[in-house]
Amino acid sequence: MIALLLGLAAAAPLVPIEGGKYLPLYPPDPEQPVTDVASFQIDATPVTRAEFAAFVTAQPKWQRGQVAALFAERAYLSSWATPTDPGGRPNGPVTEVSWFAARAYCAAEGKRLPTEDEWEYVARASETSYDATQDDAWLGQILSWYAKPGSDDPPNVGQGMPNLWGVHDQHGVVWEWVEDFNNTLFGTDGREGGDEDELRFCGSGTLSATDVRDYARFMRIAFRSSLQGTYTTAQLGFRCAADGVTP
Amino acid sequence: MSRYFFTPLLALALGCGAPAPTALAPTEAPTTGGSKAGDFGPPVGEPIQAELTNAPNVPAPTNRTAPAKVVVELEVVEKVMPISEGVDYTFWTFGGEVPGKFIRIRQGDTVEFHLQNHPDNKMPHNIDLHAVTGPGGGAASSFTAPGHASQFSFKALNAGLYVYHCATAPVGMHIANGMYGLILVEPPEGLPKVDREYYVMQGDFYTVGKYREKGLQPFDMQKAIEENATYVLFNGSEGALVGDNAITAEVGETVRLYVGNGGPNLVSSFHVIGEIFDKVYTEGGTFAQENVQTTLVPAGGATMLEFYVEAPGTYILVDHSIFRAFNKGALGMLKVDGDDALDIYSGKEVDSVYLADKAASSAPIAEASAAAAAGSLTKAQQIEAGKALFAGTCSTCHQADGTGVKGVFPPLAGSDYLMADGKRSIGIVLNGLSGPVKVNGEDYNSVMPPMSQLNDDEVANILTYVTNSWGNEGAAISASDVAGVRATSKAPAGAAH
Repeated sequence: MIALLLGLAAAAPLVPIEGGKYLPLYPPDPEQPVTDVASFQIDATPVTRAEFAAFVTAQPKWQRGQVAALFAERAYLSSWATPTDPGGRPNGPVTEVSWFAARAYCAAEGKRLPTEDEWEYVARASETSYDATQDDAWLGQILSWYAKPGSDDPPNVGQGMPNLWGVHDQHGVVWEWVEDFNNTLFGTDGREGGDEDELRFCGSGTLSATDVRDYARFMRIAFRSSLQGTYTTAQLGFRCAADGVTP
Repeated sequence: MSRYFFTPLLALALGCGAPAPTALAPTEAPTTGGSKAGDFGPPVGEPIQAELTNAPNVPAPTNRTAPAKVVVELEVVEKVMPISEGVDYTFWTFGGEVPGKFIRIRQGDTVEFHLQNHPDNKMPHNIDLHAVTGPGGGAASSFTAPGHASQFSFKALNAGLYVYHCATAPVGMHIANGMYGLILVEPPEGLPKVDREYYVMQGDFYTVGKYREKGLQPFDMQKAIEENATYVLFNGSEGALVGDNAITAEVGETVRLYVGNGGPNLVSSFHVIGEIFDKVYTEGGTFAQENVQTTLVPAGGATMLEFYVEAPGTYILVDHSIFRAFNKGALGMLKVDGDDALDIYSGKEVDSVYLADKAASSAPIAEASAAAAAGSLTKAQQIEAGKALFAGTCSTCHQADGTGVKGVFPPLAGSDYLMADGKRSIGIVLNGLSGPVKVNGEDYNSVMPPMSQLNDDEVANILTYVTNSWGNEGAAISASDVAGVRATSKAPAGAAH
């Protein structure tokens, strides 16, 4: 079984992303909201259960039951059949993983987690545009996934059309860890009207937002804000990134 | 011990401590003292697990006389449920239904609140209870990822009926998906006892498909921003308070409704058709307004209202922004059982043709009436008055020319049945007639209602007219003839319907 899983566990190809200008929902500096994103690379698909099984097999300290409580809470991989066997759906996205475990996986691949800006920069792209954030139909499609309950298993990765960069599954499969998942909430970045509790309640989160109509982005940020590094929820996976290749 | 310590203890033991209104100057309005007077000290006794109920039910009164520690455990569940027949929607719920569970505590209680976010949920959630004194109303302290639980505590310093809701960004969407409910903070002496209490909460919903378009309908952000609701509902679905799900009461009972409005956008003009609210604790506050027809319930607000029910039947709950009731679902029912109270409400007594200016002149009726009073009434005057009355009351069925409708409404013109027995005819006008009769050889089996709205003069004039028209020839019928029959026959109970 493990051999079979390992056989399937070919790492996702990295897709090169050309850097550019990007407007975060909560710019660190409201005076200069547009942020530069340097060129980088990102996995075409989220990390699968088979891929993660291969990782924990190679690095037993990341297996359920062996991982330090400091790095993953009790629900870590708890639905797996055994500590090394997900028990089916090898091509489904791995979930129930902590931020620490996701980072360790990427490091083992010689990669890293994408930053929030990198992840969101790529996630703006539809199948036909690099920046579809003003496309209401596209926003509506994304929103419909967020609005569905998460009790069903997520679909396998890599199905359906990639976005214009060639990246799959940023919307409609699982939430994904980013390196700086809670910087919006906890960063002491001098944001105007800045308050640690901002975003955590009511309309206060809209005060300094750059696009109050992008509900999907609000939901992603709210979701990330609710996390701690040890959390392992059933609808949260990840993909890896790497720095840009110098031309 | 000094007086300092003794006084509050005594107050506690007596179960008072709150709104014993202080002696007031005549111009001063009564006051409870607000939150300043709402802290009755630390919780007394063992912690109590709060009884939580789904709408339309309300937990029993706390019946406590001292502040307690109350443990509330509320689980957030995201689930698909019907919003209308054949239409599903993904609701985000406090406790598995919309509206969320009703929480009932007493002023001065310390609430230990546990918010649990089910592991299958996709969203982080939190709760802002309007009954909380403190920044965010609990929202920041209860912000919880899926598969986690948060705990915070608050002391309920103000009595009243309060909305709670999720306040996670984007907050409008969390509320639009059903994340709201009510928490009642009883005043220390409790609320006046009533016979029935119900929980009704309005909310507006925004779906991509049109009203009642079948299938699983996703949330429509644009419609929500435009405040263009697809559904406006009581208790989260179109059937929640109608038919078998209607709330009920008996004649002679006092009903209290706890009415909330989760919004997210619309203000409710809450009204119960056919009832007048004897009391409305406007906006869920302490002092009641009396004798109110329609009360405004703000989005994110609530009201308590009470009414005594005198007459049986079905009372319709609506948002009197009335297109919402007829075209968006804002409709519920209160079914009241019990004996008729016809003196309070008769039901329909008369359904007559209204001819406006086409009607026969009523002058002959007035003339006959004056003549009768003067004792000079002639048969001709009776016939003229009877003709005018007949046109208004009788001609709908028996037709203007007295020929009736064959097989349905018996003829009066040339009618053997009519002319055979004058007293019987008087009795039929007074008391109605149902069951089989044979008229001019034809069988009839229908119902004539009693004409209980006519007085003796009017019945006499009508019958004089019909027994002396269209070929009929009879004697004049006098008011005293009618009075005689009226005295010896009795209208069946409820026949006025």
